[in-house]
Amino acid sequence: MDTLVLLLITGLGLGALYFLVASGLSLIYGLMGVLNFAHGAFLTIAAFLGWEAGRRISDGTWTGLAISAVVGILVGATVAVLTEVLIIRRLYERHIEQALVTVGISLAAVALFEGIWGTDPIYTDRPAWLTQTTEILGARIPNDRFLLIACAALVLGGIVVFLRKTRYGLIIRAGVENRNMVTALGIDVRRSFTLVFAIGGAAAGLGGVLASVYYGYVSAHLGSVLLIFAFIVTVIGGLGSLTGAAIASVLVAVLQQFANFYLGGTGDLVVVVLLAAVLLIRPRGLLGKAAA
Amino acid sequence: MSARPATDPTPNPDPPLDVEPILSVRGLHGRIAGQQVVEDVSFDVPVRGVTALLGRNGVGKTSTIKSVLGLIERSGEVRLAGERIDRLPTHRIVQRGVAYVPEDREVFGSLTVAENLRLAERDRSPRRELVASLFPDLEARRDQRAGTLSGGQQQMVSLARALVNENRLLLVDEPTKGLAPRIVDEVADALAEAARTAPILLVEQNLLVVRRLAERVVVLSSGRVVFTGTADELLDDHDRVQRFLGVHDEREAA
Repeated sequence: MDTLVLLLITGLGLGALYFLVASGLSLIYGLMGVLNFAHGAFLTIAAFLGWEAGRRISDGTWTGLAISAVVGILVGATVAVLTEVLIIRRLYERHIEQALVTVGISLAAVALFEGIWGTDPIYTDRPAWLTQTTEILGARIPNDRFLLIACAALVLGGIVVFLRKTRYGLIIRAGVENRNMVTALGIDVRRSFTLVFAIGGAAAGLGGVLASVYYGYVSAHLGSVLLIFAFIVTVIGGLGSLTGAAIASVLVAVLQQFANFYLGGTGDLVVVVLLAAVLLIRPRGLLGKAAA
Repeated sequence: MSARPATDPTPNPDPPLDVEPILSVRGLHGRIAGQQVVEDVSFDVPVRGVTALLGRNGVGKTSTIKSVLGLIERSGEVRLAGERIDRLPTHRIVQRGVAYVPEDREVFGSLTVAENLRLAERDRSPRRELVASLFPDLEARRDQRAGTLSGGQQQMVSLARALVNENRLLLVDEPTKGLAPRIVDEVADALAEAARTAPILLVEQNLLVVRRLAERVVVLSSGRVVFTGTADELLDDHDRVQRFLGVHDEREAA
């Protein structure tokens, strides 16, 4: 029982990280048809700069972490917006070129980060509470899991409210369904492109800071690893569906934890098998094409 | 669902017909994926009334409308009340008062009726009362997802999205396609009402609807204009109707 609870909550925590990356991927693909391979780089740069800012001001405290999070969010959003405005926009409607250029950015970014921060992981200090455990139903749960889950839930709630209650949210939901018709109603849908990049970048930025909490280190490869699983999550959830991404994040991460524990460390394999099964049986993913 | 007269009709003071047309198309070419679908098309839409754009299936009627709106790659000269709009992106053309009711309605199925209408509101004071009076059925279904509506109701949403704004021109593409005869009449009623507020360029297969609504017709064949004239000149001439539209008489077409 206690193992079950531990695996479940750890899976939820990891799923929270996947979701923070996948939410942006899904919205960006849903609205613009862009597979953004640079998303992992947004996460990594936010993790590094968040860590640099946090440790200078108050290392290993809640204040330091809060500063890291704010800086991470701002950096993620800024880098994402710059990528959209300076690069993606110039390749409007040229999906293969867009995908290729984001692959290029992701590779170059890793090399750049290694050049600046080195190739080894840098271990980070965290507030003491996050390194402790809490007992739930006999299981000793590392406290950082709760932080991750709470943050992802807040982000999910925030994006859903934004999509449902604001005019831009309405435009994005409509654009995911039929972008041309949004244009034909007199709306400049390209402005929403920048906005989804900003939202996706901010979520990934927060994800970067939280990933450094979860793993206990920052590294140039932080984003690349999470990006792979986030893409799998996005495809399983249904490209363009935020709710689908949320459900698939939890599903994939929990499954991964259980397979790692009970099936001799085959978590990654099981996830890829699940991806193949979804592609064969239900290619549009769990929740097809509809934002929120 | 019945289309009632508008509560606030602001009928255009009848301008003389020799004034500049609201839409003037000269030498328009349109391409989809590099293939020419509209070829050197020229016609005018006068400042009032309904102009029908006719022709057999696949002659490029929808593509012509999409070229005017910039929804497909186009070249040539398109003027809205004298202003060149052929270089403008679609949303800027629409913002100039051109409303589009596309073939197959293209409502946002995952959005509610109310959200579909809200999205379409461009004007500072959208004409919600007009829409509510024209389409009372939609009022009752405001919170229903548009994807769950019947074809006729979706067409009403699509028309309502256009009519909620003050327009200078309506581009309406096959509004009665696939609808039951009773619904066809309701759509035609709504269009007749809409025509009192703005000129319409109408693509329509149902010649009874054309006869009822349109004063003027433009006939396309293989992407080119082959006939321009009044609706009566075309529809009273069975030979022309058969030659241009491939039908024997309007009863058969309807």
